[in-house]
Amino acid sequence: MTEILYLLCAAAFIIGLKQMNGPRTARQGNLLAGVGMLAATVITLVAEDIVNWGTIAGGLALGTALGVWAALRVRMTAMPQMVAAFNGFGGIASALVAAVAVVDGDVAELPLETTVTIILSIVIGAVTFTGSFVAFGKLQGIVTGRPLLFRGQQVVNGLITVVAISVAIWTLTEANPVGYWILGGIALLIGVLAVVPIGGADMPVVISLLNSFSGLAAATAGFVIGNDALIIGGALVGAAGLILTIQMTEAMNRSLANVLFAGFGSGEGGGPAVMSDRPVKRATADDVAIALGYADSVMIVPGYGLAVAQAQHATRELATELEERGVSVHYAIHPVAGRMPGHMNVLLAEADVPYEQLLDLEQADPQLPQTDAVLVLGANDVVNPSARDDPESPIYGMPILNVDRAHTVVVVKRSLAPGFAGIDNPLFYAENTLMFFGDAKDALEQTLIALREL
Amino acid sequence: MNELVVGITVFVLASFVGFEVISKVPPTLHTPLMSGANAISGITIIGAITAAGLGESTLGQVLGLVAVTAATINVVGGFLVTDRMLGMFRQRRERGRDPS
Repeated sequence: MTEILYLLCAAAFIIGLKQMNGPRTARQGNLLAGVGMLAATVITLVAEDIVNWGTIAGGLALGTALGVWAALRVRMTAMPQMVAAFNGFGGIASALVAAVAVVDGDVAELPLETTVTIILSIVIGAVTFTGSFVAFGKLQGIVTGRPLLFRGQQVVNGLITVVAISVAIWTLTEANPVGYWILGGIALLIGVLAVVPIGGADMPVVISLLNSFSGLAAATAGFVIGNDALIIGGALVGAAGLILTIQMTEAMNRSLANVLFAGFGSGEGGGPAVMSDRPVKRATADDVAIALGYADSVMIVPGYGLAVAQAQHATRELATELEERGVSVHYAIHPVAGRMPGHMNVLLAEADVPYEQLLDLEQADPQLPQTDAVLVLGANDVVNPSARDDPESPIYGMPILNVDRAHTVVVVKRSLAPGFAGIDNPLFYAENTLMFFGDAKDALEQTLIALREL
Repeated sequence: MNELVVGITVFVLASFVGFEVISKVPPTLHTPLMSGANAISGITIIGAITAAGLGESTLGQVLGLVAVTAATINVVGGFLVTDRMLGMFRQRRERGRDPS
């Protein structure tokens, strides 16, 4: 009977995810999945022979308080690190479920298949935990966003992997509980070492992959305690994370191995970060207001700089003013703009931009040659024509928004500094490009004032 | 069939269902999808409750408590923040509000 009830909960997850396919039904889908989760929790509380009610009540109360506090307080610009942190908590919970099985069970008595799943659950959960919190640190600015590389890193990683496998074999053959703790410790270290060398702009891939891992950790914990709801829920999340991981790497035209191991953006693998001394056309707020205000169509291309400057509301105000002047405004969103999949969409939704105006790469790119003015806000590599024209460029082959094909391009940027990939952007020196230097929010507010006086 | 084989079967089939269901989610909803899926991975909460509820040793109790707390943060925070995000997605004109 309990199994059937758990199956219904799992069905709620699947239907909930299915409803995530459309903006109209997505909220309801999330609610349904949440109800499924609540039901699963109640079923467990009723069905299991629980003796330690105090421990459970304490954990549920504390976790609820912290979860509610974090979820209500977080700013939309900080969503990537929030998701990273939640991933980390899920990972450590799964690892600890397996750890309790070691502490309170007799591991020498357990069959090999159970001990193998215990090891997998501990290792995947622990890697997810530290990996997610390093990603959190990078996104929050506590740890540097640049890739951290040290000499002999590959050798060290290789050695750690060999040690981990040896300890795993020893643990399985000797049935010694100490082995599980050593493995857990190694896994925590691997999580740190794996994410530290990955640069900030590759975070959409890392977060997606860690999301997938948190699902796998839950699924393996399901094998340990023999619960299908965990296996199904975990598998769903594992699949979701993997799909997003693949889509993100495709959007950068790089392999997963390249993202994880190449230290991309550290300046070693990438091209020379030489600053060109070619002239640029500097624009003032008035120039930009004229370029946008007298256009028929404007395409806004947001990037991570928009999030950093918290400029989503200023963007929306400018767009509204343009629309009132009869300009058609759309937003072109590259899949890896920002620090997690869909990051820009959430920011713009927060600023009340209707989702019909948000176009993805395939929808937006063909429209660019017919667009009068493009406004690039804090995006760089995703609009770099080198990816199309220069076979020597490290980002050659990456699908980009070909904004240089529009009639006029306005780039709002703090300086001419190269983007994350450490390469110069020919777009900035193009004949039809106006460079407006400054913080995105200030620049937009100045432009708005100038536009109203037009 | 033994339990392990059944478990693997369930895992593989659920993964395929996941691929089918999720591959159609539009890029606009990728962030809520990820945080919603993340909340679902908090299903490990039922494992944590089971582990904490049965915990015999003091160490088992402590680990169980941390597991329940972490899983609850994941579940409650994950669903709530997803709901907050999805509440912001809206169409151009909300019906009934715009007289034109």
